[in-house]
Amino acid sequence: MAVIEGRPRRGALLPWFGALSGTRGGALAIFVGRRILWMIPIVFFVIVITFFLMHQAAGSPWDRTGGRQLSQSVIDNLNAKYGLDKPEWQQFLIYVWDVIHFDFGLSYQYEGKSVTSLLGEGWRYTAVIGGLAFLLIVPVGVGLGVLAALRQNTRVDYATMGFATIAASFPNFVVGVLMVVVLSVTMYKLTGGSFFLPSSDFALDDHLIMPVITLSLLPIAYTARLTRASTLDTIRQDYVRTAWAKGLSERLVVIKHILKNSLIPVVTTLGPTFAFLVTGSVIVETVFNIPGIGRAFVVAVESRDYPMILGTTVLFSVVIAVANLIVDVAYVFIDPRVRLT
Amino acid sequence: MALAQPAVDQPIDWEVAEKQVGLWGDAWQRFRRNRLAVLGGVLVLFLLLVAVLSPLLVHFGLIQDPYHQDVANIEATPGMAGHPLGSDELGRDTLARLMYGSQISLTVGLLVQAIIFPIGLAIGLTAGYAGGRIDNLLMRFTDIWYAFPDLLFVLVVVSVWHPSGSPFFQLLPIFGAIALVNWVGLARLIRGQVLSIKEKEFIEAARSSGSAPIKLVLKHLLPNSLGPIIVTLTFGIPQAIFLEAVLSFLGVGIQPPTPTWGQMVFDGYEAVYANPTSAVFPALAIGCTLLAFSFIGDGLRDALDPRMRR
Repeated sequence: MAVIEGRPRRGALLPWFGALSGTRGGALAIFVGRRILWMIPIVFFVIVITFFLMHQAAGSPWDRTGGRQLSQSVIDNLNAKYGLDKPEWQQFLIYVWDVIHFDFGLSYQYEGKSVTSLLGEGWRYTAVIGGLAFLLIVPVGVGLGVLAALRQNTRVDYATMGFATIAASFPNFVVGVLMVVVLSVTMYKLTGGSFFLPSSDFALDDHLIMPVITLSLLPIAYTARLTRASTLDTIRQDYVRTAWAKGLSERLVVIKHILKNSLIPVVTTLGPTFAFLVTGSVIVETVFNIPGIGRAFVVAVESRDYPMILGTTVLFSVVIAVANLIVDVAYVFIDPRVRLT
Repeated sequence: MALAQPAVDQPIDWEVAEKQVGLWGDAWQRFRRNRLAVLGGVLVLFLLLVAVLSPLLVHFGLIQDPYHQDVANIEATPGMAGHPLGSDELGRDTLARLMYGSQISLTVGLLVQAIIFPIGLAIGLTAGYAGGRIDNLLMRFTDIWYAFPDLLFVLVVVSVWHPSGSPFFQLLPIFGAIALVNWVGLARLIRGQVLSIKEKEFIEAARSSGSAPIKLVLKHLLPNSLGPIIVTLTFGIPQAIFLEAVLSFLGVGIQPPTPTWGQMVFDGYEAVYANPTSAVFPALAIGCTLLAFSFIGDGLRDALDPRMRR
């Protein structure tokens, strides 16, 4: 975990923070500052890898499959317009400079549209579905996990863990397809997204139910398994036995003593969960034909719209990095045992 | 070293009550007692058999040719017109395509681990054994790789390189991309193992008796961390199968007409109202295969964890 991993040579990276390190608040400031600085090389690296990978692709974006090829003068004009006439390293520097200014360049597949505007059209769907899934994962996953742990080795426990084991193995596109077959095709319940209709038909109403469940099922299973394990750990602690011995009500013991402490390890998985939701959106939006960023990414990959691929990858990596940062900082507040190094 | 001989002539009862079991024998016994793990193992063996035997079965006419289009019976429901599991939108037999599809899935799952293992081993061992600056450098490097969302990276790589030709040749960039995003976990695990084992007494004993570093690594460090490595590689198999299936589902994996499960799910899904079963069977095949491998992984983890040994 990043909290533990940060190198203890305090002040080596940020000498001007050295004076702060005496207090806990100062230590926290250093920790957050270092984590924010660490995001820069990560995002830079993602840009480097993706950018130079893209430029390895054979052919140019102006090649036509079959039919008449564009004339050389048109290609030259297009190259000049998209900045492809400059040497590669220069293109790279220009791109990085533009990204810093939130300009991801022009899309190849939709003429005259910028990547930023395409991302702007789709983010609403991706954010709503991902956000709802996130809101579902924590209470359902934690609830199932605590329930299974409190009823350890009973039918409730076996049923919950059986469900979690199966759900953790079924990839989300499989879950989505099976759900459409069962609910929409055979039972005529719920609108199964608009997978054959133009994507503009997708509305943020009961179309959301299946995508959100599809997206959240696997993280729910993981969270439930983890919560069960950590709750079983907590139940055996002395302070829980003391709480029971004091004659506290079950409600109080479970909520104040067990739940509070067994949630700590669950918080650490929220970062990876968030990353999973982001990449999962690529799949779920394809299954249900949702016009979000994930779907736009797949379309860009299919039509080799490199600026769009690059822009989406950078955006996703930044979102994931920020989510991890927030989780790590939240962890420090939740668990006082964490040492800031 | 010779043991001191007993002074009396009478043979001594050494009290070896049961047969001695080594680490691997013990692990095997524990694995065998885990019913789910055995079930997973049987399923995987069955799949391997199917993958190897399906060309033979086609040759002897026991199943249909997965590429043959029975144009009179497209989207057949299961059991119709000699298609036990129905046919797809081009009239190809679903059962035969399902059986052929296992070849791709298993190849990806197993071969990717064969690529990951040396990479993770080299980086993890070097970082853990060398320590200091080298360790720091390598771990920052793995941190950065770790930050790259895996599905996105694989999609980007596959969008750049998509060779045509034989299915195996088409698989190469997919192998490479999946391996490149998945070695990080193994490298970190091996480093952690090496760091913890490095401080143990028997390593100190070996070192003070003059073992060369390379011998120390190969004879002591590696065998002692083999259990967790095997578990990690086992869990890597379903991960790789999943990524390949997603690529095929998204239409950027192996090109048709080679049957792959992900592609079959997509094809069936496009015609889901006409014939829902043609999406269901490959979907279940993917789910059950991943489940089988994770049962094996769970079983191996319980069997190989030395802390749980009697």
